[in-house]
Order: sequence, then structure tokens, then C-alpha cells
Amino acid sequence: MQANTHREPRAVLQEKDRKKKAAMLQVLAQEFRLTVLDILHENGTGHWGGAASAAELLVALYFHAMNVRPEEPGWPLRDRLVVSKGHASCMLYTVLAHRGYFAPAELKTFRQIDSRLQGHPCMLKTPGVDMSTGPLGHGTSVALGMALAARLLEKSYWTYVLLGDGDLNEGQTWEAIMAAAKFKPERLVALIDYNKVQLDGPSEQIMPMDPLPEKLRAFNWNVAPAVYDGHSIVEVLKSFDWVKGQRQWPAAVIYKTHKGQGVSFMEDNAQWHGAVIDDATYTKARQELLQTLQKLEELV
Amino acid sequence: MTAVNVAMRDAFGEALLALAPDVPEMVVLDADVSTSARTAAFGQRHVSRFFNVGVAEANMLDIAAGMATCGLRPIVSTFAVFLSLKGADQVRNIICYNKLPVILAGNYGGLSDSYDGASHQSILDIAIMRAMPNLTVVVPADGVELRQALEAALRRDGPTYIRICRNPTPVLFADAPPLEIGKVRKLKSGSDLTIAVCGVPTSMAIEAADRLVQRGVSADLLEVATIKPIDAETLVISARKTGKVLTVEEHTIHGGLGSAVAEVLSQRAPTRMSMIGIEDRFTESGAYDALLHKYGISVDRIESEALRLLNPE
Repeated sequence: MQANTHREPRAVLQEKDRKKKAAMLQVLAQEFRLTVLDILHENGTGHWGGAASAAELLVALYFHAMNVRPEEPGWPLRDRLVVSKGHASCMLYTVLAHRGYFAPAELKTFRQIDSRLQGHPCMLKTPGVDMSTGPLGHGTSVALGMALAARLLEKSYWTYVLLGDGDLNEGQTWEAIMAAAKFKPERLVALIDYNKVQLDGPSEQIMPMDPLPEKLRAFNWNVAPAVYDGHSIVEVLKSFDWVKGQRQWPAAVIYKTHKGQGVSFMEDNAQWHGAVIDDATYTKARQELLQTLQKLEELV
Repeated sequence: MTAVNVAMRDAFGEALLALAPDVPEMVVLDADVSTSARTAAFGQRHVSRFFNVGVAEANMLDIAAGMATCGLRPIVSTFAVFLSLKGADQVRNIICYNKLPVILAGNYGGLSDSYDGASHQSILDIAIMRAMPNLTVVVPADGVELRQALEAALRRDGPTYIRICRNPTPVLFADAPPLEIGKVRKLKSGSDLTIAVCGVPTSMAIEAADRLVQRGVSADLLEVATIKPIDAETLVISARKTGKVLTVEEHTIHGGLGSAVAEVLSQRAPTRMSMIGIEDRFTESGAYDALLHKYGISVDRIESEALRLLNPE
């Protein structure tokens, strides 16, 4: 059941009215959730929890914040995004496809043999992917390297790294956090999809990360004064306004998110980190997502 | 051949300074061993192009990877043992998977960090690195080849691992044609056996081959500086000619040069072989020469093993 007929997603790029744009992006994120659910169910493989958690952040990045050229994915001056939580791949691919990097029809090949859409992002195969990720902990270091290159090559692109709870468990992430505070590269921004659930269960039980803002500040990062709602586009755009106004680097924004967002019985539930979505679950989940989508569409 | 001894790490430090003006996109990263690994002088002269990341090898490798995606040519420097073990995930999943042009300079290779003991001696880096798809693996035999390997690696598209010895060793190739990545350097022609060698033991193999001549034995002496991609053609031709192959390396015999040669010959020209290298064990502290000798890497051992291969009991 591949049902979604998205409106013309790129129309949102032209929208000048901020309130309307936010409402459109909110719809887009929900539509992409439906697409991801369809693909994961149809293909019987993939990670729902982390993909649903990052929908609004990825949509807001590619359809609002980032200066990119989908027709020229390797454009040297483009803004970079390292999706360190690479298991959100299906959402990333869905966003990239609808942003114009490749045909949305290709999404159904996700994780299948000979596909350009690997289980975890591969920069050599998928147009628009700035770094291959999957094993956690690499993203912040790579993004730091990209931001340092911008400084040395006198380019003004932005480098974003999207981190999840699992990433924050990895020692290398903290090596990178220390090093970034030493080198202070301009326009390096960490966006933390802080849903507090990881593969095995709640982070409080697996590896507590709180108090996260205080930790990052103690490591000399410029941390946004508020924790934003990572599922409200209005809030996410506000957080980007904060980011763009900064002069102290590196900068970090923490978002309160929910793993599996959008499906009540999957939210905040580690069981849906990467489980196969069976037919009965799919039907129930799809209904919920559609109901919300209809409400969001009325607000546009 | 001259009698002068030069440490590859010194040649490395000098090469970085020499190459810096011509390769403006070259940057150097080090993990708090810049005085040991000789990147410090580059760091002092080219402050904006040098990144000391502290004792954080994994982070260093991925920073370099990020830089490489943006047009820089990073050279990553630390001890070979840490590069290959602490950095294995980053080398595989980020640098090699994405074919990024990062140069991995593994210093203090083999037993050359001799007094620091087994924890610091790098005797399985070749095995690890050559298992990485897309990675070129070069083991220079002297400071001249080290510099040539570095220059060649800077011109290549993908990643390159270069093993560097800490200690002064004989300069062998000052007047020879430059090292060519992927090609064996033939040092002597012979018909009784093939000796394939890489790295510091190359000078020992040259001496052993000279001694063997005195005993009426002629060796085809091949210096295999590029472990990967290995020059299979030259190895096969030599093995077919001599029918016996002895490999010599400053590395465990499990997974290094000997294994790489055996993988080629067992499939294309099955040949009786013998391997000189470190057995499946941990080494220890001591003087470099004493360690090499104790663990079976010496002129005497190459000579006796060659004779044993020719005259099996």
C-alpha cells in the first residue's frame, strides 16, 4: 500500500509567509512519516523509531535552513549535514528524494539488492548524502573536519550534525566535542534529537545522559538557552533563528523528541527501534498518522 | 648504496616541510605525538594547516575524513599501533568505505618503539590495514622510499597507509629509480630461490643474498614495498622461475607480507614457501637490534632459512 501522493513538496521553498510555511513543513514531515511507514512495512526492514523522531528536524533543515542544490549534490559551497544517527536513513532518503535529489519512486528500493539506498547512508551511492554513517559516534568528528575545512578554504558553508542518544553514548562523540571546543570552527552546529530511548530501552536505564545542556556547556559549547520541541516546526524554526544569530562556536541545540513519534503505541517505546512492522500494526499505525495529517492539513 | 643511516620518521618530518608549499591543500593531524612522529616542525611553520587533536585517534581520523570530503588532503600521524587498533573502525567505515584521500602515517612501525615494549610495538598493522577494501598499503624500506611513497600517495585518489620506522636505518635507494606504488622493486636476479621482503629487513635481505652468493646460491630478491595492491605478476613470474619463496617482514607472519604472497602463489603458482617474521606471540622491551634478532629477523636467519628451504631435511 504505497498511498501517498504528496503535494508538490518543493512549493514550500517559495513560501514567504513564515506561519504558512511552518504549517506546510509540518504537513510535509507527517507525509514523510507515512511514506517511511509504508516502505518499512512493504520491505519488512528498517528503523521506524529514530526515523520518525527526526522527521521535523530533517524537513526543516532541507526545506528551510540549508543552502543546497539538489541538481548539483557536490556543489562545493553547499551546507553540509552529517546524519550521525544513520539508522534514520529511510527518513533522510525520503526528505532527499522529495527535495529533488532523486526520484521518489526509487524509495521503494530501500535496503534491497542493487539499491542506491543502503540500510545506512552511503555517500558514494546516494545523491545528497554528505557522509556515510551508521556505526554511531562518527558524525561529530566528521562534521568538525568539514567545518575546519571551511575555515581553511575560506568558505562560508554551514555544517550541521544530527545526533541521537546512542551517539552520545559513544566515547568518540565526546572526543569530538572536546576538540570542537578547542578549534571553535565557525558555523558548526550540533542538533540533538534527544528522545531518550535507545535500542535496548530508555536511556535512563541504558546510559543516562542528563544533565545534557550542562554537560555540553561544561565542555565549552554554546548551547541554546531553551530545549525546543523537535516535533513542532514553529519551535524548530525558532531554534534555527537562534543558531543563525550566534557568534560563538561550536553551537548546540537540544530538541525534546519522541522515538516513533506519530504513532501512540510506538512512541517512546524501544521495541520499535528497528522491529519489523507487521500488517496489523501497520494498519493501526497508518490510520493514526493519517488522522493527524488531516488535522495538520486543515491548518495550512 | 651508501652507509648513511637515516630514520624514516625524520625523513617524514622533512618531507612534510618540503611538500607543504607545492600542495597547499595538504594538512597534517597528530594525536599528541608530534615531537615523536616529527610533525611538530610542520606544525610550527604552518600553524593553520596543523591540528593536534590530543590523545584521541578515532576523532583525528574522522576529522581528517570530513576535511577530505571538502577538498583538503589530510595526513594523519600517530603511532602505527594506535592508528591500526584504536582507529580501525574509522579507517574502515569512514575513510575506506568512502574512498577518501586520507594518508595514514603509521609511525613507530614494527618493533621500532623497542624500549616501550609489546603494547607500543606494531606487529599486526599490515594484517589489519590490508584487510581494508580500497586501502593502499605501503611499507617503505628507507627514508627515500618513505618520501616517495608520501608524494605518490598525495597524488592518488583513495586512502593510503604508510608504515614508518622510528629508528635510523640504512639508506638504500638514494640513487635508485623512485618507488612506484603497486610495483615490486627487483634488487637481485637469481634462479635458486625468491626472497620477498618489505620494510626495514630489506637491507638484511640484501646482505643475506650477498652471503648466499658466496655459497653458490643465487636469489631473486624482490622488495615488495606495496603490500596492497600486491604486484602479483612479478611474484608469479619469480616463483615459477625459482620454485621456492622465502618472505621476510617485521610483522607477525599471520596476515602480513608472507600471507599476502601466499594468497597469490597458492592460487596462481603453488610454490614451496617459508616465512620469516614474528610468531604468534607478544614481544617485549629491549634495544631495536636485539629485538629484531631475538624475534628472528636478521641476516643470519635469512641466510639459514634460505638454505633450509633449498635443502629440506
